[in-house]
Amino acid sequence: MTTTHDAPINLAQTAEGAQELTSRDIVAAGERLRELGAVLRLSESEALDAELDSVPDDETMIINMGPQHPSTHGVLRLMLELQGETVLRCKPIIGYLHTGMERTGEDLTYLQGPTNVTRMDYAAPLFTELAFSLTVEKLLDIEVPERAVWIRMLMTEMNRISSHLLFMATNGMDLGAVSMMLYGWREREEALRFLQEVTGLRMNHNYIRPGGVAADLPDGWRDSILRLLDMLPPRLAEYDVLMTNQPIWRERLQGIGVISAEECLALGVTGPILRSTGYDWDLRRDMPYLAFDQIDFDVVVGSYGDCFDRFAIRLAEIRESMKIVRQCLENMPKGDYRIQDKKVTPPPRARIDESMEALIHHFKIFTEGFKVPEGEAYVSIESPRGELGCYIVSDGSPTPYRMHVRAPSFVNLQTLPHLMHGNLVADAVAIISSVDPILGEVDR
Amino acid sequence: MADDTAPTGADDAEVEVTPEVAPEELFGALLTRSGGQLVLHPTREQYPALLRTLHEAGYHSVIDLCGVDYLTHPGRSGVPASVATERFEVVVNLINHKERGRLRLRIQIPVDDARLASAFDLYPGTEAMERETFDMFGISFDGHPDLTRILMPEDWLGHPLRKDYDSGRIPVQFKGAPANRPASR
Repeated sequence: MTTTHDAPINLAQTAEGAQELTSRDIVAAGERLRELGAVLRLSESEALDAELDSVPDDETMIINMGPQHPSTHGVLRLMLELQGETVLRCKPIIGYLHTGMERTGEDLTYLQGPTNVTRMDYAAPLFTELAFSLTVEKLLDIEVPERAVWIRMLMTEMNRISSHLLFMATNGMDLGAVSMMLYGWREREEALRFLQEVTGLRMNHNYIRPGGVAADLPDGWRDSILRLLDMLPPRLAEYDVLMTNQPIWRERLQGIGVISAEECLALGVTGPILRSTGYDWDLRRDMPYLAFDQIDFDVVVGSYGDCFDRFAIRLAEIRESMKIVRQCLENMPKGDYRIQDKKVTPPPRARIDESMEALIHHFKIFTEGFKVPEGEAYVSIESPRGELGCYIVSDGSPTPYRMHVRAPSFVNLQTLPHLMHGNLVADAVAIISSVDPILGEVDR
Repeated sequence: MADDTAPTGADDAEVEVTPEVAPEELFGALLTRSGGQLVLHPTREQYPALLRTLHEAGYHSVIDLCGVDYLTHPGRSGVPASVATERFEVVVNLINHKERGRLRLRIQIPVDDARLASAFDLYPGTEAMERETFDMFGISFDGHPDLTRILMPEDWLGHPLRKDYDSGRIPVQFKGAPANRPASR
């Protein structure tokens, strides 16, 4: 095999041009028109108008924001073209957190896979584990026990709560509501405490695995959840006082960063951003996975598609997730927490001492891994940020031939040029925050 | 990964029976089913027109677009016998909200002419995904407004998700790091 890495310098491989935003006079007019029209979904004549309105080159300025900027949620870098204080064009530049996780995934067995994917969306790690596991299970054509399904639902909804609480905190912080940051962090810590009780870790759990979950729910989990469900509503009411009903907060967010449903669909945007436009779409209800078809909950939609709607939807989704968690609590079935298929899940520790066969299975699974039939599958779930999909190609070996994760933040970031167009640079932070990108997932 | 041993028979039979019975078609492209999901196999030439048809048929979002390099696994499953397999595949996932339907396109891309029409005009959301596929596999998309590397640095050599790309380590040099320990000690 030749390695492209050591190949002599071949300009044909790298003459792709710069990633940065180029200044107006360099970009060809036709190309700029095309970019403007297609990204902003303008008709040709509208795009032409927008172009004619545009300002001469010497009145604009390109500034760089990030990657080390406290409000860019990690390492997002934006290049903004400004005219005075108005943003004309914007280009997100990503890749600063790229660690080749899809490539790493090709070297890890299916059992090790969740340890890798869980580090993608580090604010909602259980969702990536779930998408990965569901895809592997689809390829294996196995069905996990009822209890595992409900545990997965319970845990991911708890994770959704913690992820949205993190959004509440960072959104507040980005807009200068520093007390909100502390409040959001405080409640998120409570949610993470429950996740830690069950999985052993606050983040990057590696809890949901192909074949079920890693461990059964611990003793006293019901009390922990009930305590949390009692604690959260008054705290969320505080958020309403502090933010939702507060004129300064509303002034800051309402009418900022407006997007329409058509634009969202064209850009492939999913999740709270799509729902904020009033478009009623949630995979949990519309294409149910796990046992969401047996759960009663509401899909919250907005009406204006602005930053305030996106904030309000996430706040309301915390309440909806609490409803789901309560139903999981009531309906949690008894039984196994992972499939009793010795070819997929390791045998219980106690069996290893008494059964030779169990020892062999244990050894095989942890050294070689289990083989997955040849094929390809795509499974998607509704993560706190939108549709999270996993595409796996298997060649029949114990490691995926190709593992690709459709990260919602990666696609949602494409709305930034559109949302920022015509807004003030002071609102840029509010807009980035309302898109809620997790850069670990964007760059993978 | 030299593990090319016999794949399980059951899975293959399920997929390969379909073209033998009657080559099923949907929107003018060959259709197969993979675990209950619909997969279309258009040629590169059919792809732009097919996208236009699908867009009109209600598939209004490209949810995902990615590449696969089949260098070490050329005998892949799920492709109808009449489709000539190539080294690369571009996999496009579309969604139809009204019918709650999903559709997957698998387009074969030869390595010596690794290019495909861009879906940008119809689906501007593919902008970042096509850039990622270009970055990772070196497949260019004709008509893409800004085909540059997106995840790797712009002066990077090679395409990291290709199977013949060496996934070794690159030496990292730290500024101000002390030199190697002197031999006499």
